Amino acid sequence: MTWALLATQLLNGLQLGVLLFLLSAGLTLVLGIMNFVNLAHGSLYMMGAYFAAALYGRTESFLLAAIGALAGTLALGATLERLVISKLYQRDHLDQVMATSGLILVLNEVVRIVWGVSPMFIGLPEALRKTVTVMGFQYPAYRFLVIAVGLLMGAGLYLLIHRTVVGMLIRAGASNAPMVSALGVNIGRINALVFAAGAGLAGVAGAMAAPIFSVQPGMGESVLIQVLVVIVTGGVGSVRGAFYAALIVGVVDTIGRVLLPSLLGQLFESSVAQAAGPALGSILIYLMMAVVLAVRPKGLFPVKHG
Amino acid sequence: MADHDNYTRTRWLAPAFVVAALALLPVAAHWTGQTYYQVIGTRIMVFALAAAGLNLILGFGALVSMGHALYLGVGAYSVAILSHYGVSSGWIHLATALAISTACAFVIGAVCLRATGVAFIMITLAFAQMFYFLAIGLRAFGGDEGLQISLRSRFGPLDLSDATTLYYVAFAVLMLTLVAMHRLVHARFGLLLRGVKNNERRMRALGFPVRRYQLVAYVLSALVCTMAGLLLANLTRFASPSYMAWNVSGELIVLVILGGLGTVIGPVVGAGVWIVLEETLTSFGLGLPNDGDAWMREHWLGFLGLLIVWVALSMRSGLYGSLVRRRGGTER
Repeated sequence: MTWALLATQLLNGLQLGVLLFLLSAGLTLVLGIMNFVNLAHGSLYMMGAYFAAALYGRTESFLLAAIGALAGTLALGATLERLVISKLYQRDHLDQVMATSGLILVLNEVVRIVWGVSPMFIGLPEALRKTVTVMGFQYPAYRFLVIAVGLLMGAGLYLLIHRTVVGMLIRAGASNAPMVSALGVNIGRINALVFAAGAGLAGVAGAMAAPIFSVQPGMGESVLIQVLVVIVTGGVGSVRGAFYAALIVGVVDTIGRVLLPSLLGQLFESSVAQAAGPALGSILIYLMMAVVLAVRPKGLFPVKHG
Repeated sequence: MADHDNYTRTRWLAPAFVVAALALLPVAAHWTGQTYYQVIGTRIMVFALAAAGLNLILGFGALVSMGHALYLGVGAYSVAILSHYGVSSGWIHLATALAISTACAFVIGAVCLRATGVAFIMITLAFAQMFYFLAIGLRAFGGDEGLQISLRSRFGPLDLSDATTLYYVAFAVLMLTLVAMHRLVHARFGLLLRGVKNNERRMRALGFPVRRYQLVAYVLSALVCTMAGLLLANLTRFASPSYMAWNVSGELIVLVILGGLGTVIGPVVGAGVWIVLEETLTSFGLGLPNDGDAWMREHWLGFLGLLIVWVALSMRSGLYGSLVRRRGGTER
């Protein structure tokens, strides 16, 4: 195991973590403030990726594609909130799980009808296709960009939530929604805003993931599970928790998949390691989440409810 | 208590109809020569059984488990792996499946029940994902391609490789489970579970060891799902990691809600409606103009999705629950 490989995997993990953070920031707020289980969040990520791929095909501009994905998913999120989600806030989790898993099926089918079944690939502009050499090893420029944009958006979110009036209301809503409502704040509008913003963030994540992963129907579902792991590990409703948990999950998942097989190879016979390595690597984050929840049922950074 | 009176009024009518229809289906299928209907019937009962298992904790205990497909998988893989090594005795299959599933459910349940609400949903999901990836990692047993089952379970004279035998075994197991479930939820144990559903804090204050009861309910519901997995493996002659995928767990929840939460027969109604719809949209065709059938066959999942959203938005007590309410005349 060379140091360059380890550093590359660490950066890959960081990049996955950043994407997971963009996805979980919106969802954790939806869960925390509205106590709403939205399984269709991954589908918004998928829609973002498709919007970006379609726009990139038309315009050849990656920036326009990303902005289009943001605008498209914002609008889609706002529409869904109005038509379906807002009617379910007062229901129990069961109805929410059911309705949003229905939405997953619907959105998957919409994608199949509009863009077809086969995966779409999205190219990159010339400037982003290069690799950058840092301290003796090479890393793709685009992945650096993803990490940078993700961290920037994380910082922006931090400022928005901790330094603005809207952010204050969001935090207040997360800890005691009825009280905020009783103080004369239109909590319904805040809910709609948070949901649409979360959808927009998911769309941006989808657009940024599009050149790295293949864009295909159902791509939101596997990522959704990882996002749920992040949210529950970090503590439901806590954006800070989601940030740390996303980075931890991203790095642990990436490193685990690469390191565990070779680590096991040194301990056991190669046949055992070959069989157990990949399986163990992919269950590592679930194992981590189970341990965290068993020790701290409310996650690493629990939100205090007053 | 108006609810309860309405349920008792139609308590016998609808279940009797469902039972009679299921009992006579193979006769009708053989008479008309359409034995495929028998296969559909078996599938309905297998999924009804799994949903009935989930219903014990979901409908009566209000524990939303998003990971019950895991036990479906344990049942299926027990048959597949044992018959891979040439063991065809159904009793051994059953004993192994139930033993493994009890052990897993006990540990998993104990960990999961420490969490409540959303966290409970997520952690059950996480455990199911863990087993899903474990099954994919089992390269010796097919990995992500799954494992073909050459020898099916044989219970003494009952050989499940015969389609009609399998049908009636599934029928018998389902009926026994439903009767047992009915007895259970009306016994002290069920009352306690429902009490916790209504007000956990009060039950705790009354001095009941709530977690212990919930754990027992969780293990029981897992065992019923394991039975369904065993039957499913015998029906499809295949065990695959996809049996444990998260969307199967989601589908089981849908079956329970579609039928009607907290009713014993609801899961059967839900499974019946779901699978008949699936078959209608995919295999039989609706006679739509302009290649509408082919289009529908390709995109049927989207329509099921719309249906699910509609049921979740508009029906608070599922199909069977709504039916009972309407007949009782006090729809809320």
